[in-house]
Amino acid sequence: MNNEFDFEGYTCPVPIKPTDTIVLGHGSGGKLSHDLVNRLFLPELGKAAPRALDDSAIVTINGQRLALTTDSHVVSPLFFPGGDIGRLAVCGTVNDLAMVGAKPAALTCGFVIEEGLSFEILQRVVQSMREAAGEAGVFIAAGDTKVVQKGGADQLFINTAGVGYVEPNVNITGANAQEGDAIILSGTLGDHGIAVMSAREGLSFETDLQSDVAPLNHLIAAMMSAGEIHVLRDPTRGGLATTLNEIASQSNLTIELQETALPVKPQVRAACEMLGFDPLYVANEGKLIAFVKPDDAENILLAMRREKYGEGAVIVGRVIKTNSPQVRLRTAIGGTRLIDMLPGEMLPRIC
Amino acid sequence: MKYIDEYRDPAKVRGLLAEIGDAVTRPWTLMEICGGQTHAFLHHGLDDMLPGGIELVHGPGCPVCVTPLEQIDRALAIAKRPEVIFTSYGDMLRVPGSSVDLFNIRAKGGDVRVVYSPLESLKIAQANPDKQVVFFAIGFETTAPPNAMAVLQAQKQDIKNFSVLVSHVCVPPAMQAILGSKHNRVQAFLAAGHVCAVMGYHEYPPIAEKYKVPIVVTGFEPVDLLRGVLGAVKQLEAGRAEVENAYERAVTFDGNLPAQKVVNTVFQPVDRKWRGIGTIPLSGWGLRPEFAGFDAEARFSVGEIVTQESALCIAGEILQGMKKPPQCSAYGRECTPSTPLGAPMVSAEGACSAYYRYHREA
Repeated sequence: MNNEFDFEGYTCPVPIKPTDTIVLGHGSGGKLSHDLVNRLFLPELGKAAPRALDDSAIVTINGQRLALTTDSHVVSPLFFPGGDIGRLAVCGTVNDLAMVGAKPAALTCGFVIEEGLSFEILQRVVQSMREAAGEAGVFIAAGDTKVVQKGGADQLFINTAGVGYVEPNVNITGANAQEGDAIILSGTLGDHGIAVMSAREGLSFETDLQSDVAPLNHLIAAMMSAGEIHVLRDPTRGGLATTLNEIASQSNLTIELQETALPVKPQVRAACEMLGFDPLYVANEGKLIAFVKPDDAENILLAMRREKYGEGAVIVGRVIKTNSPQVRLRTAIGGTRLIDMLPGEMLPRIC
Repeated sequence: MKYIDEYRDPAKVRGLLAEIGDAVTRPWTLMEICGGQTHAFLHHGLDDMLPGGIELVHGPGCPVCVTPLEQIDRALAIAKRPEVIFTSYGDMLRVPGSSVDLFNIRAKGGDVRVVYSPLESLKIAQANPDKQVVFFAIGFETTAPPNAMAVLQAQKQDIKNFSVLVSHVCVPPAMQAILGSKHNRVQAFLAAGHVCAVMGYHEYPPIAEKYKVPIVVTGFEPVDLLRGVLGAVKQLEAGRAEVENAYERAVTFDGNLPAQKVVNTVFQPVDRKWRGIGTIPLSGWGLRPEFAGFDAEARFSVGEIVTQESALCIAGEILQGMKKPPQCSAYGRECTPSTPLGAPMVSAEGACSAYYRYHREA
């Protein structure tokens, strides 16, 4: 090779205009989802929804504060270690209600079924919904069924909507984080996402890992009687990283996490190392993150650890004030890095 | 976790940082070749912990970043075809071609699938005999062995509906291109440990000697990275320019000989265009004539697609270590991981994406 190499100039591609097509990343819960909500749904539909960015809306009807939410569930495979689409559909909506401090009361469910689905599968899903509703202490008050042609849906989609009561003095929202707040995580990160992935076709790794899908309303009730809670959120799609970025921006504060404090099961860590994922971005379905008054943190932790779904609760960080809101991580070796939202779909690395 | 925790041990990290601090007497510029190393430095916040005089510049070792635009346009042209199932490693899906990316092709009905191994693509080909299954074979010496193996298996099992779109590149020619440039600032290399695990490091002594540059084979965990930095700094301070191995647990001088044999059976050296850098003679691998039947470029007649890149971002300068991402006027403004202008912002291993994700305001 010549001593002097002739570079052809420093070039890069023409930028692509914002997409005119919906891509899977718009449903990832990350940045693309947020863009869609902020650019289309909120301006068109959300003018009267001041808390549209929380897990549930709160509306006052005849003096009674009601929490209201809806969530559609699509998961492949329908049955995965530790859960199924039915349990997911009930817990998802129960948790969205509980995350604004509401006591979940009733749900509705809508089934979109692809023709050809076996009755036995549907029955198992419905039984699982009944069990999850029983565990959460809610009842399913109404429902709807649609069947679409083969290929019109992937086996089974379930939408649930829910309603719950909110006590007058409760103010739990992503916008209510306060400087100095202690940040509590209820247990290990990434169990659901990795359990589902392990069951997916084409990704054959074996693990004894179970999804964490669970109703968290009883845990939250125990926490609320133990101390002052400012923010509650369940880090589902987009993972803890995305959820914390939402809260930082809603509250205009900076969140600082300690990497050494973040609980991750060895199986999840190993799978993430292998697949090139970061547990901070992997979905959870039975975990919550709470921002609490620092003086009450110890009390709330103790209350959580007495509950089935809060046994692994730990303090993972705190809220500080900086010039612009961000989420930072103190790494195990003593460095610092930023934690961003998930940009689109979570993509495995090449090597 | 064994084999990870001991290489992320805070006490060992502090010890190595102190040793590096003791060894440094003046500023040095090091290049880590591999994008995985760039990410590891920033992911652990290590770059800020190094003594002030040591500057890291980020090399071209990101396969997604250096795959040329026209090769991506060829991939898109193939993926669009109704008879094709196009399979690829995940982070290739978001790389913009001239007009769209593979996500858009998928959203518009193209059958685009993420696989973890080209052998999965072979299985897909066997399960879908009425479809043409194409694998996008990109990457460095690390991905070449499995990709070559897939072609060998396809030949052995006579799977006719499988082909590969090959865009393999090799590290040593790129190192020489950087060192030979009049803009070069690199004084020492941290060689890419995974590439060396396959290829060994027998290719490096002539480079170290010719360009008087220390080359340290370096791994990916904090302790590995700092051992690489320490080795390079000690050599620079002593005026030495040798090849040394700081990743002994994975790398030997000769490398993985069976893997190299598979690669050499299927591939031969060819000239390759590198995105943002240009054509480097004999810097990549293409299919040998006896495997030409598996060449997707010929099968779908996309070799004629030639795309000119326009000069909007400074990816080239970044990939050659001449500039840092924040020095680009589009960085963090028009160009973000959700709206990437250039490949280094797309890939998990791209320097721009690493800065954006871990470092934006630091």
